[in-house]
Amino acid sequence: MSETAYRRMQDLPSTHLLGAGTSLCAGCGGLHAFRELYEVLGEKSVIVNAAGCMSLLSVYPFTPFRGSWLYTSMASAPAGAQGVRDALDLLIEKGRMPAEEDLRVVTLTGDGAAYGMGLAATSAAIDRGLDFLYLCYDNEGYGNTGQQTSAATPHAARTATDAGPRGVPGFKKDLFAIWAANRPTYVATLIAAEPLDLARKVEKAARLRGPRLLLALAPCPPGWGFDPQDAVEIGRLAVRTGVWPLKEWEDGRVVHTKTPRPRLPVEEYLRRQRRFAHLFEPARDEATLREIQRRVDAYWEGAT
Amino acid sequence: MTRALLTGNAAAAWGARLAGVDYVPAFPITPQTEIIETLGSWIAGGELAARMVTLESEHSMLTAAGAAAATGVRVFTATSSQGLLHAMEMLYTVAGWRAPFVLVNVSRGIAAPITLGSDHSDVLAARDTGFLQLHAASCQEVLDFVLLGYRLAEHAHVRLPAIVNLDGFVLSFTREPVAIPGPEEAARFVGPFDPGSVRFRASRPISQAVAVLGAVPYSYFRYEVHRAAEAAAAAWDEVAADFAQRFGRRYDAVEAYRADDAEVVLFLIGSAATQARDAVDQLRAAGRRVGLVRPRLLRPFPVGALRTALAGKRAVAVLDQDLSMGMGGVLHAELAGALYAAPDGPAVLASFIGGLGGRDVGTAELAAMLDAAARAADEGRTPPPRLLYTEAELREVRKLQAVALAERHAVASGEDA
Repeated sequence: MSETAYRRMQDLPSTHLLGAGTSLCAGCGGLHAFRELYEVLGEKSVIVNAAGCMSLLSVYPFTPFRGSWLYTSMASAPAGAQGVRDALDLLIEKGRMPAEEDLRVVTLTGDGAAYGMGLAATSAAIDRGLDFLYLCYDNEGYGNTGQQTSAATPHAARTATDAGPRGVPGFKKDLFAIWAANRPTYVATLIAAEPLDLARKVEKAARLRGPRLLLALAPCPPGWGFDPQDAVEIGRLAVRTGVWPLKEWEDGRVVHTKTPRPRLPVEEYLRRQRRFAHLFEPARDEATLREIQRRVDAYWEGAT
Repeated sequence: MTRALLTGNAAAAWGARLAGVDYVPAFPITPQTEIIETLGSWIAGGELAARMVTLESEHSMLTAAGAAAATGVRVFTATSSQGLLHAMEMLYTVAGWRAPFVLVNVSRGIAAPITLGSDHSDVLAARDTGFLQLHAASCQEVLDFVLLGYRLAEHAHVRLPAIVNLDGFVLSFTREPVAIPGPEEAARFVGPFDPGSVRFRASRPISQAVAVLGAVPYSYFRYEVHRAAEAAAAAWDEVAADFAQRFGRRYDAVEAYRADDAEVVLFLIGSAATQARDAVDQLRAAGRRVGLVRPRLLRPFPVGALRTALAGKRAVAVLDQDLSMGMGGVLHAELAGALYAAPDGPAVLASFIGGLGGRDVGTAELAAMLDAAARAADEGRTPPPRLLYTEAELREVRKLQAVALAERHAVASGEDA
């Protein structure tokens, strides 16, 4: 994390590159993260989008982007990025477009696409060494359709499709590890509530070439059940309880960019969200709370 | 111009090469694979200045194809059967992007059961996607239709992707003499790729393929795709006339073979036309007034030309190498729709399903179809759709079933198979 333009909060850009007044929900942690990323990345970019909440950013005839945008499908945004990148390269190689007209290709999807339907396309884009940046806003469920369970939904969270007393029986998929196992150029986790950490990682990713994957936890007021004004606080708690480790992978090595010390009990994070309310009311579900805490503790014991 | 013996697959690759394609997103599938292998070898050998990328699926392949065309390069891709169906979502999507490129489909039957032989159920499933469709009957047409496909797709009044279809095995792996246009004359015909307003440039930010809210803008943009596909009919006449002038091969939207004075005609698409012409010749020699009518263009459907070609006929025998379960032949329904209430239209459209999964429809069967259609006209009633199958074929299946049963009993009774 050396050679950064972002040493203090005052260094962060405030160009408001992304237009306001979109149709996304108040307090959207995904839009917040994207807004911060876009400021660092700049407008010489084409956003290649998969079906999800963010698909509602560009609705004819309006767009909040100063740069370009292409909506593809739920499963194949990385393949769309491949087509755009290859075409731009070809146009420059063949002298049909000046190099200064080049664009940075950015894939933007939710966890539904990134962890599930689009994972084959993502993995293959990494195999091919595609020069692109992938931002996943992970709101831990199919948020745009009302928060059904996705592969990113954490254990015990209640969703529209796991509405029973125990919530989701499974555990959140480790997409960071899957990406890292494919050995791309760079992988990092982010959260909008830690803007300095986010900006440095985007800055670093922007300097590199090849597949670069940024995974942002996206606190979701309607999906997780909290007041939109608490979105940043929820994000901070995700980091301080150790539920959402901020880290990066490069050259086969994982580095944690922020180690929560002391780590707050996971309860501090869970009890603020309606999706976990059944763990506290009408009676505390000690076994589940212990299990969640145990897994977070085990992660950090093994962390470097 | 040179002459060579080419398979349909090689002819398709030559079409792409002569069109000067920039980009080839690819995925292998039988019987198409030879096309991308041929292009790959030319790219590796420096004979074609293009980039080929192998995607992990046809769904991604079509996404990359559309995205590259929407960025401003000339794109070629190819698939078959399951691949076309796997890409189906993106066929609709990229046509809606108004991204012009050529997709060669080597038609093959669809699972289940999984098979390799030729069948039109794949390409006809793409009927409503917004892709234009050209159906080749010979290896020469394959090459020429790829060149024509680019002119048509990129035409200012059209701007839609196009499928060039050739039949698996029958054309894909069969060598025929093909005239290969010289590279300069082909380049002059196709011209450089003009991305129009659809492209990505840093100085000219654009949002493509954005969402719409509500039926009003949605209907508008869907109607626009339809109107563009309709405009491709006149555009075809224009580019086909230019092609004929330059290369001496004339491709009307509808081929009418010995049909002018015919009373009963065969109606079909694709390579079955070769045997159909043979059947017509034999029956003509026996004094029968029969002919063949074959649309080269399936989208846009050349309704006007078909009405003209079929005016005054007593009966039409329609061969469908496809099957819409619970309805029958797709071509039959298409033709009936086109001819409905046509003054002087044929009284009888007899429907025959044949050629599924590469099942051979020979001259004798084609002749029998013409006979049945003529009889139906005599009797003044349209016969129910007929599923072509011979006694010998049924016996063959009964044998397979007997073997399967015997094997099952053997396993159940613990005997060695």
